[in-house]
Amino acid sequence: MDEAFSFVFLMLASTLRVATPLVLCAMGGLFSEKGGIVDVGLEGKMLMAAFFAAATASVTGSAWAGVAAAVIAAEALALLHGLACITYRGNQVVSGVAINILAAGLTVVLGTAWFARGGQTPPLVGDQRLMPLFLPEAGDNVLVYAALLSVPVTWWIVARTRFGLRLRAVGEMPLAVDAAGLSVAWLRYRAVLLCGLLAGLAGAYLSIGQNAGFSRDMTAGQGFIALAAIIFGKWRAWPALGACLIFGLLDAVAIRLQGVRLPGLGEVPVQLIQAMPYLLTMFLLAGFIGRAVAPKAAGVPYEKER
Amino acid sequence: MLPLVNIALAFIVVGIIVAIIGVDPFLALRLLVTGALGSWESIGYTLYYATNFTFTGLAVAVAFHAGLFNIGGEGQAYLGGLGCGLAILALDRWLPAWLLIPIAIAAAALFGAAWAAVPAWLQAWRGSHIVITTIMFNFVASALMVYLMVNVLIAPGSMTPQSRGFAPSGQLPAIAGLPLNLSLALALACCAGVWVFLWHTPWGYALRTMGHNPEAAVYGGTNLRRMTMLAMCLSGALAGFVGVNELMGVHHRIVLDFQAGYGFAGIAVALMGRNHPLGVLLAALLFGALQQGGAELAFEIPSITREMVVVIQGLIILFSGALAHLPRPWLQALFARRAP
Repeated sequence: MDEAFSFVFLMLASTLRVATPLVLCAMGGLFSEKGGIVDVGLEGKMLMAAFFAAATASVTGSAWAGVAAAVIAAEALALLHGLACITYRGNQVVSGVAINILAAGLTVVLGTAWFARGGQTPPLVGDQRLMPLFLPEAGDNVLVYAALLSVPVTWWIVARTRFGLRLRAVGEMPLAVDAAGLSVAWLRYRAVLLCGLLAGLAGAYLSIGQNAGFSRDMTAGQGFIALAAIIFGKWRAWPALGACLIFGLLDAVAIRLQGVRLPGLGEVPVQLIQAMPYLLTMFLLAGFIGRAVAPKAAGVPYEKER
Repeated sequence: MLPLVNIALAFIVVGIIVAIIGVDPFLALRLLVTGALGSWESIGYTLYYATNFTFTGLAVAVAFHAGLFNIGGEGQAYLGGLGCGLAILALDRWLPAWLLIPIAIAAAALFGAAWAAVPAWLQAWRGSHIVITTIMFNFVASALMVYLMVNVLIAPGSMTPQSRGFAPSGQLPAIAGLPLNLSLALALACCAGVWVFLWHTPWGYALRTMGHNPEAAVYGGTNLRRMTMLAMCLSGALAGFVGVNELMGVHHRIVLDFQAGYGFAGIAVALMGRNHPLGVLLAALLFGALQQGGAELAFEIPSITREMVVVIQGLIILFSGALAHLPRPWLQALFARRAP
């Protein structure tokens, strides 16, 4: 009995550990997409944030300085995305792809130049990391709780505040917002900056919370899984959390099932479970599991009439 | 004029990054250029890299002309390599090279096209957004390849996940000692083929019409669904040829991650080449030179890594894609002042 309890506890803890960056990233992406700015660059923002968190924490010795640096780095990329998509009305997908590639390259270039460890930062110890608060074996550092808190806060902002109403309007029909005398650009910039903040926290969690240091490409597609979670949650906060937890559970299961033979099924390839978030999202997008409708103006630059 | 200004901006930012690292940007530039073009050997490497960039650049360009954004070049190239490799592994004991090479090339095209056909079908019939589905398919392709290489195709007794070597009849003729092989000719043929197809056939005309104005295309009698399938399958087939260059031309076995980065770089190549085959070819040459020069640069100066090239690619996508309109007011002001 005790064994079963500890198994369930460990599975839950490991699900939550994996889901934390996904949740933070998905809530960030939700703000951006609700405001009409498609964000394919979540991955890049998170990677850049992870690098600067670990680099700063290792140089200053403070995990909190690392978190701050992560947020600043992600916000810088968010501003770049905003500049390209909002001010210069560029293609939002192209901008996101550029940010991903830039982050993948720049983290390794700067990491090698500063630390000379092949793109890794020095291993972090003690106060350089965010430590578990209550349950050491569960790894529940402060950002895990921040992630859980981010969901109701996101829901409340989007669904219950004046800013949220305007944000949704700007994602559905910016012309109406403009006609009401509000600035489309300023609303969208705020959406993009909120996205940067949350993606920054997600990155910090990866390198100074979950792991003890940055390694190249450590996000490994999690930004895209977060994007999938947004779609899977049909652009709503609570369902997106559900999707992140399912994807986190899949990952926890994948680790457990490595090399295990299931009765009747034989060995389930780990790669199949790892590909599940993407496959499930494809099924959803194909309309086989309900219908996912994006904000109407997402991806369309707003051009004010002259 | 504008594309050149955009590239120049990208390079200025790279120069600043190099200076931040503590290396003289002009020294880095000189090492890069001599590394890419300084000897016959380095030119051979440049052309070999350019071959890959031509394939993925053309792939993105063809889809762009149809109004479709194919970010799945990475996965399509991966699957193209799988198709090419499977054909060779199955047949290289029996068929001579002159018969096997065309079959393997066709298999690469077929597998690449098939991997692009699924997102295309989802877009055309189920209305799912092609950007998202092609991204997802990159990850699915990667998971599939790791599974196949580790569990199925791995050579007996091999410690690393790679297949058995191809017999000589499954290898493309190459220049001795260089990775440069016959795929370069295939790339040039693809450039010509894409040009003829897009601008001198009725299908190409319909494809471009769909990209400019889908309603006009429907009015003109084009079946948008079928045209979406055609454009994406062509795009996927072109990306799949990366597998021909890498596996049949260089590695002579199926390996993991041979396509890494080329699919995404294809976006930069297409943007820079303005989606025209000639432009793609020129941009691919530049990217090939960057790839080779960057490797030499990293060798000469240890504090700079090869990933500097990835940074340059990202900046080029940023400045010639997303921020393409950034320098327009400056140029307008400049020319307005010059005109009387």
